[in-house]
Amino acid sequence: MFQKPKILLLLGLLLAALVSWSLGHVPLSNGAGGTRSFIDLYAYYYDVLIGIGISVILAAGLNLVNGYTGQFSLGHAGFMAVGAYASSFLTLKWGASAGGGVLLFPAALFAGGVAAAFAGLLVGGPSLRLKGDYLAIVTLGFNEIIKGVIQNAEPLGAQRGLGGMHQFTNFFWTFGCAAITVYVVLALVHSTYGRGFLAVRDDEIAAEAMGINTTKYKVLAFVVGAFFAGIAGGLYAHFKQFIHPEGFNYLRSVDIVVMVILGGMGNTAGVCFAAVLLTVLPEVLRAVSKAPALPASVQQIAENRMVLYSLLLIVLMLLRPQGLFGGSARGKKGGVK
Amino acid sequence: LIEFLQQLINGLAQGAIYALIALGYTMVFGVLRFINFAHGDVFMLGAFAGFYAGPRVLAFFGGGASYPGAGVVLLVAMLVCAVIGILIEFLCYRPLRNRPKLTVLITAIGVSLFLENAGQFVFGADPKSFPELITDRALEIPESWGAVSLLTITANQLIVVGVTVGLLFGLRFIVLHTRMGMAMRAVSFNPTAASLMGINNDLVISFTFGLGSALAGAAGVLISIQQPSIDPLMGVNAGLKAFVAAVLGGIGNLPGAALGGILIGLIEVLVMGYVSPTYRDPIVFGVLILVLLIKPTGLLGASAREKV
Repeated sequence: MFQKPKILLLLGLLLAALVSWSLGHVPLSNGAGGTRSFIDLYAYYYDVLIGIGISVILAAGLNLVNGYTGQFSLGHAGFMAVGAYASSFLTLKWGASAGGGVLLFPAALFAGGVAAAFAGLLVGGPSLRLKGDYLAIVTLGFNEIIKGVIQNAEPLGAQRGLGGMHQFTNFFWTFGCAAITVYVVLALVHSTYGRGFLAVRDDEIAAEAMGINTTKYKVLAFVVGAFFAGIAGGLYAHFKQFIHPEGFNYLRSVDIVVMVILGGMGNTAGVCFAAVLLTVLPEVLRAVSKAPALPASVQQIAENRMVLYSLLLIVLMLLRPQGLFGGSARGKKGGVK
Repeated sequence: LIEFLQQLINGLAQGAIYALIALGYTMVFGVLRFINFAHGDVFMLGAFAGFYAGPRVLAFFGGGASYPGAGVVLLVAMLVCAVIGILIEFLCYRPLRNRPKLTVLITAIGVSLFLENAGQFVFGADPKSFPELITDRALEIPESWGAVSLLTITANQLIVVGVTVGLLFGLRFIVLHTRMGMAMRAVSFNPTAASLMGINNDLVISFTFGLGSALAGAAGVLISIQQPSIDPLMGVNAGLKAFVAAVLGGIGNLPGAALGGILIGLIEVLVMGYVSPTYRDPIVFGVLILVLLIKPTGLLGASAREKV
């Protein structure tokens, strides 16, 4: 499906710009004779749309680490937090003097990404020496440590959270960044680096015996994943305009991991689809639980969406551990497509 | 110095709880080589088993708080958790026995999320107040003991530490002096060879899950005696801390888990007392990371070489 990543990138950026402009400018009837834009009229749907874009960035980035390189990281939300706080700190500091934010916001986003990537380097260097379960726990530990540091950092609002950012994030920035993320991940995977990632995943010892510097590839995947998590964090912060350390906890990391698993580890198209699905699903269930036309039993089931969600994960692992869209379980065919 | 000693006592009571949970992690890791993420939530279920059984058992023993009643509640919670632990293993982990470890790990995370969310649905998300099983009071230390009499030791702390030590010796007896314990050690040493020697590995694994979960259930009741506010998410943090304890002591090593639990309890209390409560979790995880980087096998663990 994604054979020509460059075309996909161009198409994605173009589409993002076009849709973004039309969402803000195409007049829609507001039912009372006047006209208003989509964003004003359907703020809730706009919110979900942006949420989808951010999920896609997070999941595609984590897929590089968990899927292609086979290193199970459980701390993605920590890097998201680094990006969110770093970029918010910058826009809050210089927001007034730099004016409209046309240049400031992308610069802040990028800085947030770099900060997260740096955090990824700091975390990844030591922890990627560990394997499997241990790596999962250590990344989780780092997630908690990042959260704890923010909770104690007075300039970042500590326990009170950080607010007051301008709402720079719009459809263009979100989906533009999503397109870039998918492009970079695909381009990396199809390059020499990609072969290295897959070799590390399939058999680390054999890869090392063939002269591949496994640490280098693992750290690289980790840093790139962290960078995009930072970007996603920046987008999130400048959309919601309020961030709190508890919003980037272990459960948030698990959410992203579930997207990657559901989509099939190491399958970018599947993972992006799963990110969309898992962002929309809770909203659909919320709507179902409130719909008056449906019987009470259906409403009640939908109300417990988190129970459903976790059951889904268990059943999926028992019946289809390769994910909904993954190839064979060991990734022999499901690797690069 | 008195304040420091006081902190040590508080830390010991807290660490005893972590030790009990950590033992479950370590035993399961010993026989199955994987981290049972849902273990912390079994601990939570133990607290809720005590919460529902408590008033009924106490009524049977004639109303108010009483020691025999508390003992029965403890046993009920242990039994309930043992059954739940065996069920979880049977339904979720056994079908995955020969799959990649990552699959089992993700399933364990799924089970953990399920227990937390189902717990919020069944028990309600708001914190519940645990019934008073025993009347707490500060122990009177005779004046003639000098400075020691300035310390406050509550009956609860004494009971928590006492019960923990009792359970630890019980566990030691089971593992070292019974046939099932011998089988557990054999499976942990080499599962294939154990099954060739006629050991029913599935039975041993079920038993291990039951035993570990029973200890977690006991820990659930013990912590609720100390801090009588329980909620369906209480297992997340306690489970993580206990896991850190298990790794600190050397995962797969029973005395190590007990030692690690007590050390983590002490570290937590000391950080809260002398640094800042908000630094408690980062420092505990920092300890974990340091241990894994310097001596990945933990304080008491034996080093193993990876075979190709």
